[in-house]
Amino acid sequence: MCTTCGCGDPELVPVELHEKILAGNDRVAAHNREHFRESGVLALNIMGSPGSGKTALLEATARVMSGVRLGAVSADLATDNDARRLAKAGIPSKAITTGQACHLDAELVHRSLVDFPWRDLDVFFIENVGNLVCPAIYDLGQEANVVALSVTEGEDKPLKYPVMFQKADLVVVTKCDLVPHLDVDMSKLEDALSRVMPEPRILKLSARTGEGMDGWKAWIESMRAPILGRNTKEARAHAHGHAHAHDHTHDHTHDHTHEHTHGSTKHAHPHSHEHAHEHGHGGSQEEHDHGAGDHGHAGSDHEHEH
Amino acid sequence: MHEYSLVEALIRRVEEEARQRSAIAIHGLKVSLGELAGVEPEFFRTAYETFREGTLCEKAALEIVRCPADWSCPVCGRAFATGEVLRCDRCNRPARLSEKSQALLLESIDMEVP
Repeated sequence: MCTTCGCGDPELVPVELHEKILAGNDRVAAHNREHFRESGVLALNIMGSPGSGKTALLEATARVMSGVRLGAVSADLATDNDARRLAKAGIPSKAITTGQACHLDAELVHRSLVDFPWRDLDVFFIENVGNLVCPAIYDLGQEANVVALSVTEGEDKPLKYPVMFQKADLVVVTKCDLVPHLDVDMSKLEDALSRVMPEPRILKLSARTGEGMDGWKAWIESMRAPILGRNTKEARAHAHGHAHAHDHTHDHTHDHTHEHTHGSTKHAHPHSHEHAHEHGHGGSQEEHDHGAGDHGHAGSDHEHEH
Repeated sequence: MHEYSLVEALIRRVEEEARQRSAIAIHGLKVSLGELAGVEPEFFRTAYETFREGTLCEKAALEIVRCPADWSCPVCGRAFATGEVLRCDRCNRPARLSEKSQALLLESIDMEVP
């Protein structure tokens, strides 16, 4: 009832909400993330175009990380082919058939965890639908976003799909064994990434030949360290052994200083906030305190000397 | 075409709010879409036109506020143009993205209450 003049007419009220349209998804994602972290499972969201080599990357990962318990859910519109490929490669996996949906969301991932032994894993790969647009905006509860970009896709791909690359914590350039047969210019590709990502992190590899896979393995180990560190001190000490295995394939100069911009540009990845300040490559004002394996940015290919 | 699932979530949220406040009708809603939110405003509108039928939003006008991508240096504040290398060469810092650039927000609802 309008109380202003008592006319009895209904009242028009503006309700200010200012809330995220994806708030529901983000809540489920936070729940997933909590589960993964509590169980010491590193969850990685693997995105990229159809045919960019996501499944091949995971197959090759199984070959180089035999001591690590890997598992995957693999999303596809209509088939479970990828999940079967992964199972054959020794990665316990489960298909998520999305029907018409072009992306995974946190609820689909959450449901996929039921009757899947994800708690027993060290690394849980969430292989997203092949698509460079839609998956980018859905937080799934992952620790990091990895975007696979094959050398056959064209150097300007990042400029065409800025949102996807801006959300990437790591870009894996795949099928590098094909470079001698192509006209691809790697420096152009790196330049394109630097125009859509303020701090591009790039790994170049070939799942087929195994070239560069050591860098990928080292990056995964470095991402696991802080998760294990949360649980036990011993685990921290163990993880530290791997935390510094950088792969220097990328010659961008990153003089890191205190200012990190992750808060406003990415999903909440608390690990990167917690550890970011202990990471001062090239910064004279910071101490290198890596004693506890707290190396939030390992795997970034900085040009620096140890 | 994830715009459809976004609009579905939006309408569900608006209806929930309207029911909580025992609204008689919804006159309009306002959303903010950032340039780097990964959402195409025209698809979003089309999806809204499709989905609102038969919902409490049937007669509600949709206002879309577009927020441009806004990269700037966290130290000197200089703005970066689209396509520029996202690193301030003067301050040697990575550019920072404003929150609004990625906005995907339900800002407000105009509703009629008894």
